[in-house]
Amino acid sequence: MAGQSDPHLSIFSAAEVEFLAEDELVEIIPNMSMDSLNFICGDFGPFYPHIPTEVPIWLAMALKKRGKCAIRPPSWMSLENLTQVLELERDSPREFQPLPFHYVEISRLLFDHAREDIPDVHMVIVAIVCPDFPPRLAFQKLVLDIEHFNRDVRFHKVESGFETIGSRTHAVKLKNLSAMEVNIVRPFFVRALQAFYKHDSPQMIPQPDTASRRTDTGDRGPRRDLRPR
Amino acid sequence: MASASDEGLGFGSEDIDALISALPTEVELLKRAWRNEKASPEILQFQDDVVRNARVQIQNMEHTVEAYAGNGQDALTVSLYQMDLDRTEFLLRSYLRTRLQKIEKYMIHISKTELWNRLSKPEQEFAKRCKENMENHLKQSVLSRLPFGYQDFLKQSISSEEDDMVPEPQLDTFVFCKSKGSVGSFQLDAVGDEVVDLIADDLYVLRYKSIKPLVETGQIDLV
Repeated sequence: MAGQSDPHLSIFSAAEVEFLAEDELVEIIPNMSMDSLNFICGDFGPFYPHIPTEVPIWLAMALKKRGKCAIRPPSWMSLENLTQVLELERDSPREFQPLPFHYVEISRLLFDHAREDIPDVHMVIVAIVCPDFPPRLAFQKLVLDIEHFNRDVRFHKVESGFETIGSRTHAVKLKNLSAMEVNIVRPFFVRALQAFYKHDSPQMIPQPDTASRRTDTGDRGPRRDLRPR
Repeated sequence: MASASDEGLGFGSEDIDALISALPTEVELLKRAWRNEKASPEILQFQDDVVRNARVQIQNMEHTVEAYAGNGQDALTVSLYQMDLDRTEFLLRSYLRTRLQKIEKYMIHISKTELWNRLSKPEQEFAKRCKENMENHLKQSVLSRLPFGYQDFLKQSISSEEDDMVPEPQLDTFVFCKSKGSVGSFQLDAVGDEVVDLIADDLYVLRYKSIKPLVETGQIDLV
């Protein structure tokens, strides 16, 4: 997307957004016993075989990599829920459906490291990754990038949201846009809004009388909503 | 009697546990400070308490990890504790570095405005040295060779009324933010005919300048 190369506008790297997501809790089913872990970020465990317990994703990943647990995918990742979200997403052209703030990173982490723990994993991937694909075709394209879900359905909305931005836009509401999505649209959004703001300011319009160059610009203008009121 | 006091203790500690678990952990506070600092165009108030507590916790954890590694605790547990430690250290380092980058970028602006008070003591020292070095360097390599009237460190020329060679953070930029609680109607500007309703957990793109007070009081978080 335009503006991506400007390091000052993309504040968080993808890795940093993932780092934040790794603190979200997920349920694991350990296959070993281990005492409670008293971390700086909180206390977790004790761990007993077959007794589910909640831990941050980074801990779940660490245990999973060593074959010490199975991960219970979050309920929003079920095929039923995703199918429903997807339908609603298509039916409401101006509104984003609620998904966890870190849904992109969480699903990516789970697909990469805990694939066998996700029921209907292929279908779930299809639902998140490339919802517009007929399932059987998509089956063969499993490694497709997760961002396709965004690009196909959700980014389309962001893009149509852009069209409502104009010179008098000073606030945009993006309810339910997720962390990774924010990070991807940020450079373009910020640049576009800045450009409009700059051209709208009195400084840009020749005013022979104003002596001071640093007049505070009044920022009036209707708020554009990306969702119907 | 023993059982009574046990019960009393048990009840009390459960209450305290509930209270404690409702409070944000040090890591969460540090993470918030880090996010806000990274996403805001200007330098924010140094989070003295958060940094101090995080340092203490990191030190304690370093001792714990060392002790565990020494007394034959199983390798898995030690490595998990080490991971927790690494994550917290990363947050702290990244927070401090983000601030240093801002200081390097806006050292002059910071040192001549009220932003100076937002720095910690070591940061103030860093800013001071940074500014001196930059000034000396520019004077020696460029300014001393320019014609009279163009040799000022802060001004383009002698006829400049204000310091017009000082980079300032762009407060007019737009930021993505989330309100934690319902802030209610909020005026977007001083002129006052533009009002936005900030509802809890909603995501907005707003001009930094207009929400600056809300960021400073912690009512709104940048993402």
